[in-house]
Amino acid sequence: MKMLINVPETVVADALRGMAAAHPELAVDVENRVIVRRDAPVAGKVALVSGGGSGHEPLHGGFVGPGMLSAACPGEVFTSPVPDQMVRAAAAVNSGAGVLFIVKNYTGDVLNFDMAAELAEDEGISMAKVLVNDDVAVTDSLYTAGRRGTGATLFVEKIAGAAAEEGQPLERVEAIARQVNDSARSFGVALSACTTPAKGTPTFDLPAGELELGIGIHGEPGRERRGMMTSREIADVAVDAVLEDLRPRNPVLVLVNGMGATPLLELYGFNAEVQRVLTERGVAVARTLVGNYVTSLDMAGASVTLCQIDEELLRLWDAPVSTPGLRWGR
Amino acid sequence: MLDADFFRRWMAVTAASVDREAERLTALDSPIGDADHGSNLQRGFRAVAAVLDKEVPDTPGAVLTLAGRQLISTVGGASGPLYGTLLRRTGKALGDAAEVSEEEFAQALRTGVDAVRQLGGAAPGDKTMIDALVPAVDALGESFDAAGAAAEEGAVGTTPLRARKGRASYLGERSIGHQDPGATSSALLIGALKEARGE
Repeated sequence: MKMLINVPETVVADALRGMAAAHPELAVDVENRVIVRRDAPVAGKVALVSGGGSGHEPLHGGFVGPGMLSAACPGEVFTSPVPDQMVRAAAAVNSGAGVLFIVKNYTGDVLNFDMAAELAEDEGISMAKVLVNDDVAVTDSLYTAGRRGTGATLFVEKIAGAAAEEGQPLERVEAIARQVNDSARSFGVALSACTTPAKGTPTFDLPAGELELGIGIHGEPGRERRGMMTSREIADVAVDAVLEDLRPRNPVLVLVNGMGATPLLELYGFNAEVQRVLTERGVAVARTLVGNYVTSLDMAGASVTLCQIDEELLRLWDAPVSTPGLRWGR
Repeated sequence: MLDADFFRRWMAVTAASVDREAERLTALDSPIGDADHGSNLQRGFRAVAAVLDKEVPDTPGAVLTLAGRQLISTVGGASGPLYGTLLRRTGKALGDAAEVSEEEFAQALRTGVDAVRQLGGAAPGDKTMIDALVPAVDALGESFDAAGAAAEEGAVGTTPLRARKGRASYLGERSIGHQDPGATSSALLIGALKEARGE
């Protein structure tokens, strides 16, 4: 597999150096792997810190900035960052109003963020934590590590970020983050596997005429493999899988998310099918976002995330945001 | 009796065997994980070897506590906290004695394994590192050789199991038929004991 890299060992550091050059509004500590809003700590404001393995860009570093995250900690590719990074980030952004960790539900992320939260509390920082676990493809949570955190992470970071930006206290920001996660579900589909720089070959073998339903965002195979389907058929499966679990009564936010190697032309076409299914099922759509936001390196495919919202959450979603990956208003 | 030198050698031998087997560990991690177990542990144990060379802690407990802290700070993923906790808690259980008996070490390692079980929530049969570590600790009273063999047998024995913890658990039935990478690296760690003593 050809890649636009120097050597696998430096991909994360190289990307961070490039990010620093492109985004002077962020303070990028390449050595310690922490990306911080340059104006942090913002007086009186709750700080949001997230992080996870690299390979999901723009998540999380691309979502640092006013209206969203205060800091992000990138790990190695598909590997949770270490507690040292998270503690450093928490200390850098804490204004005294407390820090909320936003953690995708994977064993490694949970263990490292738990250790970091303890260490940060020892340093006198008020800590809260919210787990994101929106992936409905994981059905038997009792016998697995539980539902994975995927597309809903963007909704949690944006909406809780807006609440923090307008000065809401830690308990409130945490409750909003939890409400968003509880109201959101996702389902993903892969048309090809992805290739990690360290391995150099696809992480699993997906023949040309087949697709994988229910994938996560780490190149882990999904739960079911089928013969190739049309965009229309995939939308039916993905949206119905989400609606079977969510059953929204209020309007929803829709995220049609590319996994990294699917062109926007295809993603918009897929979104048309997603909207068709939602109309057929009587689900009202409040806002839609289409693009590559929670990716899986060079995997082809897409995920659908729906988040049921009320007026307050919609107001926070519409609030201004200014990050490399998401920017509107103001 | 086992002194700090022995435990430093244990870590050095482990680092060398993880280096040697890194590709295999990553290959095992591909069909049922995310293809990085080898490179992550390689980074961690190289850092352990480096810090032990630099700081030269002088008790068995201090060697393992430092090694564990270093793994937590450098590996990431689930392996970092789990292996880090294994060594750190084993080290803490050894206290500050200059030498420990094999029996004391076996007891301390059991404390470490229990801490890993608590942290990760895995039980034997869940297709995790626990499936190599628990039989190894049980056999450690007998000899290092027996412990190494028991760990290896436990690792191989994960192949027919269905994963219930960690990233492989998302595959459900499809995790069956693959040897668990974490159990495999645990067998490397336990297997290194014998070589560290020069057997």
